[in-house]
Amino acid sequence: MTASKKQQEDPLAADKMLDKRNKLADLFRRFLNRESVIDQTTSLAAYECDGLSAYRQTPLLVVLPDTIEQVQQVVTLCHEHRIPIVSRGAGTSLSGGALPHEDGIVLSLAKMNRILNIDQLSRTVVVEPGVRNLAVSEAVQHLGLYYAPDPSSQIACSIGGNVAENAGGVHCLKYGLTVHNILGAKLVMPNGELVILGQQSLQSQGYDLLALVIGSEGMLGVVVEVTLKLLPIPECARVLMGVFDDVEKAGNSVAEIIAKGIIPAGIELMDNPAIRAAEDFVKAGYPIEAEAILICELDGTEEEVEAQITRVEAVMKAAGANETRLAKDEAERLLFWSGRKAAFPAVGRISPDYYCIDGTIPRKTLGVVLNEIRRLSEEYKLPIANVFHAGDGNLHPLILYDANNEGELEKTEELGSKILQLCIAQGGTITGEHGVGVEKIGEMCVQFSELELNQFHAIRDSFDSNRIMNPGKGIPTLARCAEFNAMHVHNGELPFPELERL
Amino acid sequence: MAVKIVEQDLHEEFQATIREAAANAKPLQIIGGGSKAFYGNASEGEALDVSGHSGVIDYDPAELVITLRAGCKLKDVETLLAEHNQMFGFEPPLFSDQATIGGMIASGLSGPRRAFSGAVRDFILGVKILDGRGDVLNFGGRVIKNVAGFDLSRLMVGAMGTLGVLLEVSLRVIPKFETEATLSFVHETAEDHIQWINELGGRPLPLSASMWHKGQSLIRLSGSERGVSSAIEKLGGESSDAVWEQLKEQNYPFFKGQTSLMRISLPPTTHFQLNRDQLIEWGGAQRWLQGGSDMEVLRGRASHFHGSLCIFRGSSETHPAFQAPDDAVLSLHRSLKSKFDPARIFNRDRLYLGL
Repeated sequence: MTASKKQQEDPLAADKMLDKRNKLADLFRRFLNRESVIDQTTSLAAYECDGLSAYRQTPLLVVLPDTIEQVQQVVTLCHEHRIPIVSRGAGTSLSGGALPHEDGIVLSLAKMNRILNIDQLSRTVVVEPGVRNLAVSEAVQHLGLYYAPDPSSQIACSIGGNVAENAGGVHCLKYGLTVHNILGAKLVMPNGELVILGQQSLQSQGYDLLALVIGSEGMLGVVVEVTLKLLPIPECARVLMGVFDDVEKAGNSVAEIIAKGIIPAGIELMDNPAIRAAEDFVKAGYPIEAEAILICELDGTEEEVEAQITRVEAVMKAAGANETRLAKDEAERLLFWSGRKAAFPAVGRISPDYYCIDGTIPRKTLGVVLNEIRRLSEEYKLPIANVFHAGDGNLHPLILYDANNEGELEKTEELGSKILQLCIAQGGTITGEHGVGVEKIGEMCVQFSELELNQFHAIRDSFDSNRIMNPGKGIPTLARCAEFNAMHVHNGELPFPELERL
Repeated sequence: MAVKIVEQDLHEEFQATIREAAANAKPLQIIGGGSKAFYGNASEGEALDVSGHSGVIDYDPAELVITLRAGCKLKDVETLLAEHNQMFGFEPPLFSDQATIGGMIASGLSGPRRAFSGAVRDFILGVKILDGRGDVLNFGGRVIKNVAGFDLSRLMVGAMGTLGVLLEVSLRVIPKFETEATLSFVHETAEDHIQWINELGGRPLPLSASMWHKGQSLIRLSGSERGVSSAIEKLGGESSDAVWEQLKEQNYPFFKGQTSLMRISLPPTTHFQLNRDQLIEWGGAQRWLQGGSDMEVLRGRASHFHGSLCIFRGSSETHPAFQAPDDAVLSLHRSLKSKFDPARIFNRDRLYLGL
């Protein structure tokens, strides 16, 4: 993305800011190495945005602690001085979760990237938050084990960030989200105190604070150590591709597969624009004339998978698939996946900019939702490519736009907001796995009532009485909602008044 | 014949009761079917019977999601799911035909399948509750993936009704397995069993339950016909009766006649020496034993191993049901409780004394 929402600073304020930066840097250097406190404007620039690059902000400072004790010291100091903290892993968030605060620091966990303990017998691994997602599976592969959640960014994204966002991935229909694959965590509370959450013992006791922290977008503390659950690598995994001349037929066949009692390891839907973009980019062998393809992975023992392939093929054919293709070997399996996994960058090649939406809907409403998205796309004259975690109802419409065209970013955001509100109206949610961050904060006002938002703030206060952790993200203030509603509610009516709200 | 679940919405009645209780700071005890009344500490106050608030709000088997009023009888819901060849993946214990969905969530108890396919908290998607002010609040939703807002639905699981009255719950369900088989093996000691079962856990086998008692290990396999039969070939062992229903409902001989029962929860591979009869489940993560005068000593040892001991049946004021967490975590509990239930009317003491 080329455009940015960076604020211009006036010179006087800039002077004050520099002064504050210098004083603060001195305080942190009392217990951190010189190079662990970044205060040079040129170096700070690297931290001014995450994966949602339309939003940018230079932080006051960046600190890179190396140990739990140092994190505690950083947090305690910020708590005492009421300095906002934005924790950051690999900075791959697509919702601006790691966007810096202008008066705050970025707490980077990049140095805490050690795998602390691998326990083969109990199939667990203890890691620091900066460890990359894929590095976990790589480290235990020789034991026949792996870590199941696999967000598309898994080469780069960190476990700490996965915890903050409750990251999903293409295999989460069968193997769950981050919350299902974490057994325990150490959390530095916003007052600097260290608490241990969760038990490996499988029967938690008292309130499930671990679940509360997972997906809390860095607002309840800093996760400094995580115990992950590992699974045995399935004996066999095969991929079947279904080719359809109609998106709804593809969607219906997903429901049919599941109704037959089969839970695929992953089942992904791509529409024609997404197919074309991906094929053009990675040459995965996708049929570019198809209106939709389904990529369905089945795993288990050889015998199980063989039996399931036959059944899934039959379901796809009965649902109207023009053809089905079975990846003949592991290389072709990976090739079929490569197109899907590269869908975002592929779209990035055909359009100067794209904007990814993350709404989730009950699967049965897919037809209605896709038709409405098509209509909105025409209304706004912005093309949309759809990739879809079809098994769990998580849509990723990609809006293609050019930020260099005056007003197009704003138009895109408005279209995105309409799509999210459509998802809510259909009984779904504004975010399945990317988080609210700074991006979907307005739509939170549509999904939740004032009472519910107040409850979220109250919960947050239980952890963070000074509200220093990632302020301005995740949960909107009621003032923010009033602003949003003034912009988006016309004549006292929410969008899609004709649709029943579930 | 298809199961009939009564449709009845009583939330306005509950709301009035809660508002009156809150205004007078008078405690309420939330009661569903009473099937798990023994679990947790004694509470005080007038009974708020929520079992009449019943009905299926939404169930479309192809979505793998069911939304229910919390007073629904668990038994009826399981029958309904079975009619569509589906089930709850966490195999919840009933302990009585009167058990309700609300009680299942509040107690957070899972059955033999827990170690392999997850706990209650892994399948909850959303809740509608009445908080201690009588306000209706919705958290989570009816879709499998949802990260909007803090995850307050999972907070209700195992909260023992201390945070609010559950009105509606959305849960993920799973397809029933094509077939299941139970195999028996001999392992003299608990340590041998734990070593063996955890080694199996590292192999891609369709395991769905395990237990050990008096030198006998039992495992259950669940999956497709071909998947299960090939696993049987690989594993050997003796074919055995399926004890799992008995185990889940605590009708298994080990549990008979026990008035005091302790549950020790540990990281599964912990060597936890005990010189008495014990029954081990969940690959070693859950260990049952008869109550005794050493419960507090055992509590200390369990927490040393990052575990905990629950007095499942037979708790008292001097020996409360749940082991108190450390100060920081306990103070978070108090704070969260005050945010949901400022007048402290719901299920006082039931989870922790003083909460």
